[in-house]
Amino acid sequence: MNAIQQSGGSRSEARLLSAILVIAICLTLAPVLRLFVEGVTDQGSPSLTLMREVLAQPSTLNALKHSLVTAGFGTLVSLVLGAAFAFLVALTDLRAKAALVFCLMIPMMIPPQITALSWTQIMGPSSVLLKTLGIAPPLGAPQPLYSPQGIIFLLGIQHMSIIFLTLRAGLRSIPQDVVEAARISGAKGLRTWWQVVMPLTLPSLAAGTAITFVTALGNFGIPAMLGIPAGYATLPTLVYQKLAGMGTTVLAEVSVLAMLIGAVAVAGILLQRLCQSRQKLHLVGSTSRPLALPLGAARLPVEIFLWTVVFAILVLPMFGLLATSLVPAYGVSLRLDTVTLASWYEVLFRQPVTSRAFANSFGLAVGASVVLVILCLPLAWLMERRKTRLARLFDSLLDLPYALPGVVLSIAMILLLIKLPFTEATLYGTIWIIFLAYLARFFAVMFRPVQASLKQFDPAMDEAAQSVGASLYRRLRDVIFPLSAPAAAAGAILVFLTAFNELTVSALLWSSGTETLGVVIFNLDDSGETGMASALAMTIVFVVVALMALIQLFSRRFPKGVVPWQT
Amino acid sequence: MADIDLSCVGKTFAGTPALQDITTRFEDGEFIALLGPSGCGKTTLLRLLAGFEAPSSGQIRIGTREMANAETGANLPPEERNIGFVFQSYALWPHMSVRRNVSYPLEIRRFSKAEVTRHTDAALASTGLEAYADRMPSDLSGGQRQRVALARCLVSDPCAVLLDEPLANLDVALRATMQGVFTDFHKRTGATMVYVTHDQAEAMAMADRIAVMDQGRIQQFDTPQTLYERPKNRFVAEFVGRGTVVPVQEIKQDGSAQRARILGAEVDVQSAQQAARVSHVCLRPENLTISESGDLRSKVARVTYMGGKYLLETVTDCGASLFAETRARFEVGAQLGVTITTPWAFSEE
Repeated sequence: MNAIQQSGGSRSEARLLSAILVIAICLTLAPVLRLFVEGVTDQGSPSLTLMREVLAQPSTLNALKHSLVTAGFGTLVSLVLGAAFAFLVALTDLRAKAALVFCLMIPMMIPPQITALSWTQIMGPSSVLLKTLGIAPPLGAPQPLYSPQGIIFLLGIQHMSIIFLTLRAGLRSIPQDVVEAARISGAKGLRTWWQVVMPLTLPSLAAGTAITFVTALGNFGIPAMLGIPAGYATLPTLVYQKLAGMGTTVLAEVSVLAMLIGAVAVAGILLQRLCQSRQKLHLVGSTSRPLALPLGAARLPVEIFLWTVVFAILVLPMFGLLATSLVPAYGVSLRLDTVTLASWYEVLFRQPVTSRAFANSFGLAVGASVVLVILCLPLAWLMERRKTRLARLFDSLLDLPYALPGVVLSIAMILLLIKLPFTEATLYGTIWIIFLAYLARFFAVMFRPVQASLKQFDPAMDEAAQSVGASLYRRLRDVIFPLSAPAAAAGAILVFLTAFNELTVSALLWSSGTETLGVVIFNLDDSGETGMASALAMTIVFVVVALMALIQLFSRRFPKGVVPWQT
Repeated sequence: MADIDLSCVGKTFAGTPALQDITTRFEDGEFIALLGPSGCGKTTLLRLLAGFEAPSSGQIRIGTREMANAETGANLPPEERNIGFVFQSYALWPHMSVRRNVSYPLEIRRFSKAEVTRHTDAALASTGLEAYADRMPSDLSGGQRQRVALARCLVSDPCAVLLDEPLANLDVALRATMQGVFTDFHKRTGATMVYVTHDQAEAMAMADRIAVMDQGRIQQFDTPQTLYERPKNRFVAEFVGRGTVVPVQEIKQDGSAQRARILGAEVDVQSAQQAARVSHVCLRPENLTISESGDLRSKVARVTYMGGKYLLETVTDCGASLFAETRARFEVGAQLGVTITTPWAFSEE
């Protein structure tokens, strides 16, 4: 008698569902569709000439090759790091796992341009930290990170959290009896791991690898900060350089490039979906108690090793950033008599562009969180109640704007909004195009946690309110909203966190007056103001870690699946 | 308070019929139980009455108002039906206190503050919950939660109260107490109550009439006593009480009495049917007496102590298994004589 929970209720539910669905589809899927149309038409008629032309250019092929190489090897680095941590954390009796997991999540939440900036501060001849320690390479020596290897390394670090998370979730769904049965049959240590655990986790490992590849492919901050100085262009930076150099005249050309990235990304997403659907098979049994295979005498050395890695990839670059932000000029070494807060003061209180960027990013992030809560909460609820065909289709496609590289969405948004239908007005160059792009991009970030919490919600709660006479609006206000508020809050904080730091989308959509924080850091570094860029980056890192800690603090009150690093 | 009228009501889920051709009437103030095995359609019927589902065919009327009509497509949403519903999971809102849970229906109906307090206090008092008014649902025991759910559905004076297996989540001792709470509540309010259960003892103990359901149809709708003593068909005979259904080999009308040959023995039977149409009889422990001179030979296959008496499962020479009750103890394997006295006969198509 479980299948009976669909068709009940009133017509007002159906009306509200269609209304919100139409808004959500316009917001998230219309831009993607618009981009596709642009690529396959020429002045209104179907044509593939432009596409053929752009794809034949050597710069396109070079960028494509660079993208595949950096994303591919970057994924490999993520895979090695993330999988090692995931296996050790999920299967063994390490101590302080929660702290380790929290630290491993930080790279994912720190925006890539800050990762790149911080690493360049601990390497190369002008590194303040290295100078202070007296181990800086001689002046004139190259910055080793301005190279494909540098991009690969940082992409690997940036995205190891994704592998770690998906693999750990997969490992946690392995019933402990399966491992215990192997041990009772006589399989020892590594043999259990290789013959029982590994085969069961392959699908989630493959899914994590695919999605990491797609994310690395779309990364803009790292190849932009490291690749542009080295003259090494990937597809996203090629699109950025073309658009920044020649404006909207090359719009048709860059849409083809965007479609090219989009096509590679969609292939990756499809692969990930395929792997994930295979993962759900055959696992029966209790998963209540997490596995904790004893490491024995090796435990302490392993712990020391893991924390050293965490220190090297997390704390060390932050020291570099801090050191750079505290000296009067880039290249000066940090001593007691040279310490100054001038950069901090300048960037936080003097520069009009940074205060404007703070206001812009804050406004955009808060606005996006609020609007998305208002949209996603009733939508997720109604889609759970009434599984219409359109609702199910939307459910399977709504991740697209988030999963697709930011460059793709930005170009799509420009195409959609550069000339509003039936008017001469344009949103290009205003803050609204960034806002709408954020709504589209972060829709899934808000929707999924809310959906996860509502899936665990007893439909009788709503039916009880219905039977005592509460209208749809009253039920949403008095029952559904309060009960899913924690999930909505977690989603809102996540949206805020990602939007506040966002670079890829705004890098293509900003204009004078609508700069975001991501753009400002990028521009400051680009114009040689590394000290100020570092000070601003440090500030943002503090905000990010504080907000993450806030979510962590309340994580016990959220339903399962709401906090992304606690799946 | 109101009566409930169903005519030709059917419901299909994705082509599979869950309810077929239900035409019946629940009188004003009656306590009705819907009894049947799981998947028989009883919960679906209840959800149709509440309005959580719309019927695929037929009409539902409660009091003078038409609630749903498949022909016209009319279906009054649950929030406009003024019906009370008690859920198996209680469905208390965890973010509201007990008092707020109970007063919420009145808030929706825009009662004045004083009215809300007065009615809520009365509802809390009648369910014995005054002391718990300011607690949160998570601080209550199962029985207390069930009382809150009951108070919540009676506070707005609904025209009917629907209960969906409300005692399924409680332990045995608490179940008996809550049965008392429900019957008292029914007596005091005179509300029309429809109670879904798969537990026949529960249905027998509380209901005025029981609708026994199977495969989406009402098999028989009668008082508990009639159901037990005069089942209409094999399903009811076997589902209600402990009974064995055996075929009638030969039957003749003897004036007003009917005489049949069952398992080789000649016995008087009772029936509502013409003798020519009777095909089976239902043998309950009450119809069987154990004696040395019994004309039916059978062997004891299993003995269960029932407290004060024994239940014997015996197998006759022709292989039918019969249930009998005795005060004396018999060993497994013992040969007995059994006498059958006036069993109920019915026709089975």
